[in-house]
Amino acid sequence: MDDMEEFRQVFFTECAELLADMEARLLHLKEGVTDSEALNAIFRCAHSIKGGSGAFGLDHIMRFTHALEALLDKMRDGSLLPTRDSIDILLKSADIVTQMIDTARARGQIADDFGADVLARLKAATDGQTAIPAPKPQPAADAEVVEVGAATQSRYTISFRPHEELFASGNEPLLILRELARLGALEVTADLSRIPVLEELNPAQCFLGWTMELVSEAPIEAVQEVFEFVEDIADIRISQEVVEPAPAEWHQQIEEAQERVLERVADAAVAKAAEKAAEKGAEKTAAATSIRVDLEKVDRLVNMVGELVITEAMLRAQARHLPPEQFGDLMRGVDELSHHTRELQEAVMAVRMQPVKSIFSRMPRIVRDTAAQLGKDIQLVLSGENTEVDKTVIEQLGDPLTHMIRNSVDHGIETPDQRAWNDKPLEGTIHLSAYHRSGRIIIEISDDGAGINRSRVLSKAIEKGLVAPDAQLTDEEIDHLIFLPGFSTAETVTSVSGRGVGMDVVKRNIESLGGHVRVTNNPGKGSVFTVSLPLTLAILDGMIVRVGAENYIIPITSIIESLRPKAQEVHPVQGKSDVINVRGEFVPLVYLHRVFKVAGAEGDPSKALIVLVESGHQKMGLVVDELIGQQQVVIKSLEANADPVKGISGATILGDGKVSLILEINELKSLQPTHVKHPEAA
Amino acid sequence: MSDHFDKTRDNEKGGELRQFLTFTVAGEEYGVDIMTVREIKGWTETTRLPNSPAHMRGVMNLRGLIIPIFDMRARFGKGLTQADSSHVIIILAVGERNIGVLVDGVSDILSTTPEEVKPAPEVDGVPSGEDYITGLISRDERMVVLLKVGTLIDTANIPSHSASAA
Repeated sequence: MDDMEEFRQVFFTECAELLADMEARLLHLKEGVTDSEALNAIFRCAHSIKGGSGAFGLDHIMRFTHALEALLDKMRDGSLLPTRDSIDILLKSADIVTQMIDTARARGQIADDFGADVLARLKAATDGQTAIPAPKPQPAADAEVVEVGAATQSRYTISFRPHEELFASGNEPLLILRELARLGALEVTADLSRIPVLEELNPAQCFLGWTMELVSEAPIEAVQEVFEFVEDIADIRISQEVVEPAPAEWHQQIEEAQERVLERVADAAVAKAAEKAAEKGAEKTAAATSIRVDLEKVDRLVNMVGELVITEAMLRAQARHLPPEQFGDLMRGVDELSHHTRELQEAVMAVRMQPVKSIFSRMPRIVRDTAAQLGKDIQLVLSGENTEVDKTVIEQLGDPLTHMIRNSVDHGIETPDQRAWNDKPLEGTIHLSAYHRSGRIIIEISDDGAGINRSRVLSKAIEKGLVAPDAQLTDEEIDHLIFLPGFSTAETVTSVSGRGVGMDVVKRNIESLGGHVRVTNNPGKGSVFTVSLPLTLAILDGMIVRVGAENYIIPITSIIESLRPKAQEVHPVQGKSDVINVRGEFVPLVYLHRVFKVAGAEGDPSKALIVLVESGHQKMGLVVDELIGQQQVVIKSLEANADPVKGISGATILGDGKVSLILEINELKSLQPTHVKHPEAA
Repeated sequence: MSDHFDKTRDNEKGGELRQFLTFTVAGEEYGVDIMTVREIKGWTETTRLPNSPAHMRGVMNLRGLIIPIFDMRARFGKGLTQADSSHVIIILAVGERNIGVLVDGVSDILSTTPEEVKPAPEVDGVPSGEDYITGLISRDERMVVLLKVGTLIDTANIPSHSASAA
């Protein structure tokens, strides 16, 4: 019974993938074009779901997918052309099947009439529009018939006199002659007149020439084509003389042609069958080269490798104390071990890497639906879907990305009327792309819409009290106001993106992943949102700092610089934290030893070090004793067993096996003021 | 160990015999249900968690897991343990979490019947959060205090005399 349940679960997971694939392909279908490759793939998806649902007794799903298949079948054999309507119906059907699968997965009952209206439309589309003229004849046979009609033979007289440097360009006359022989009956006479006396003969030069007679059905273009690559390095003359077949020969020729047609048809059928078999074969190999693994198993593997890395670092630290002359072999062993460990770690991390395709492929549908709802005409162009990123990042990326895409559709692209007024193509374009840059993944969402209306953004921000009325802001600062909490530029709250969730949530989500988001605005021409994210959430580049006798880790991504200020650059501010003057900019200081109550740390910033960090758009200076070094660390959850600690995002295990804490920069600031009110003697 | 296991089984049919791991803290003997004990290991340095109660000794690395360690002596209000290699950490499963308690030493495994466990004496003035004692066992001049570790380390139940981040 358990086995059966396991199969069921595998089937449902597969269905989800098949449906996602189907939707992606449906969205690519063009109206009025029979894209048989895509249609075949869609058909296979529907067919697999039908087969599986039959096996598990899910009759509703089977009946529905059967109807779906019927329509797809007509589309792929060309008797129905895809229309906007029929693609719509197919998409709706995919939705229905998805819902049915979800219900079945949750062991719910599917109502008998669930999706009945779509089913009816599906059937209507299958039957109703069959009125397209009689099925097209087999294309192969079609072509052949035309050829028979034109099957007049020609006698070509060809003079081919290559220049001496023919061989230098890598050409081989024999291949040309063979090619000609393939066109029909060929008679070749070699012209040896140019061959010099032996002393002057250079074997790297061509002294031969040929005169040929070719009897062929091929048009003169086909003959000329043979010489395409040697045109410039040979003298070629081709003359054509049409050979009229005798009437008596006509009959025979037609008979022959008919036989050939029959053969071709048979061949085509065989080829089709072979193609199908090959497709099946390809599917099988695809299945054999990837396996489905429980994520928990992968996580366990990642954990164990993390442990191995730590043990290896520990071993290495110990081995360094041994006299190398006695323990040379051991050292080499340790070196090799560390090499293998790194490779193993990379390999294991790569297992968790997935192409961003899984999120990107959801976007075309969102754009299509949202655009339809708003009466806009928008095409989404995807690129870099195969860029890989850790699964943890993928999981967290879906929501912010969906929101940004919706935002571009809603606020970015103008209505067709406005676009026409502005002399832009009526169809707006949103470009979604992903690529790797310096160990991070960059995701760009650019649109060719109106861009951000700076004056409107600014007046809105002032109206909402987000900026002072007399504030002097640069263009870039104004553009980034849209990321402030409580900001929404839409003049009316739409159901599309004005759901109370603004770009501030997007920004916060992305920052919680260790990333940042920027906008480049080109008023009137469009805007580009750029999201930069770490490739994995499991590993972090950290700077280890010492505070008193304790070590803490600061994420490298938030560090701007470190410096030791002069005493006169540090200014106390009444009732607030101290500030430091960094090249004219006042940055608040956070004394880590006060925030974390560490004994024995240096309290005077001019004798300690300041690590300048940035969280969001705010800078602060963390006062620490010493920078120990930079290291890649594996992030461990603190909360799994212990209570959360303010200002600490997680923990890691360093080479000596000790636990070290990773700072949560965003929270440090909120910890600071309470300690400033009761400052310790510093 | 298999002996104990078998005994537990045999006795489960008759009365419910329970086993407790007992340990000493500041001269007193305490016991925890042996089914919650994951492992026992010697003291190793911990990493302090800032702004935590005093009896929270920080976290340690247990084969890649981050485990919080609680000082039982400090928890009972008798000052911090001056921990050295003679001290022992008992790793316990408490609900979904794994935690460690720092004690002076492990002494025994006690098998008891329910009749032998006497209820904790009602003492006036004990705050409700402090009722981490589930019962007492006295045997041959010894008295063992049975603990409910979940209550003991639940931060919500810890009197606020120790500073906390909140």
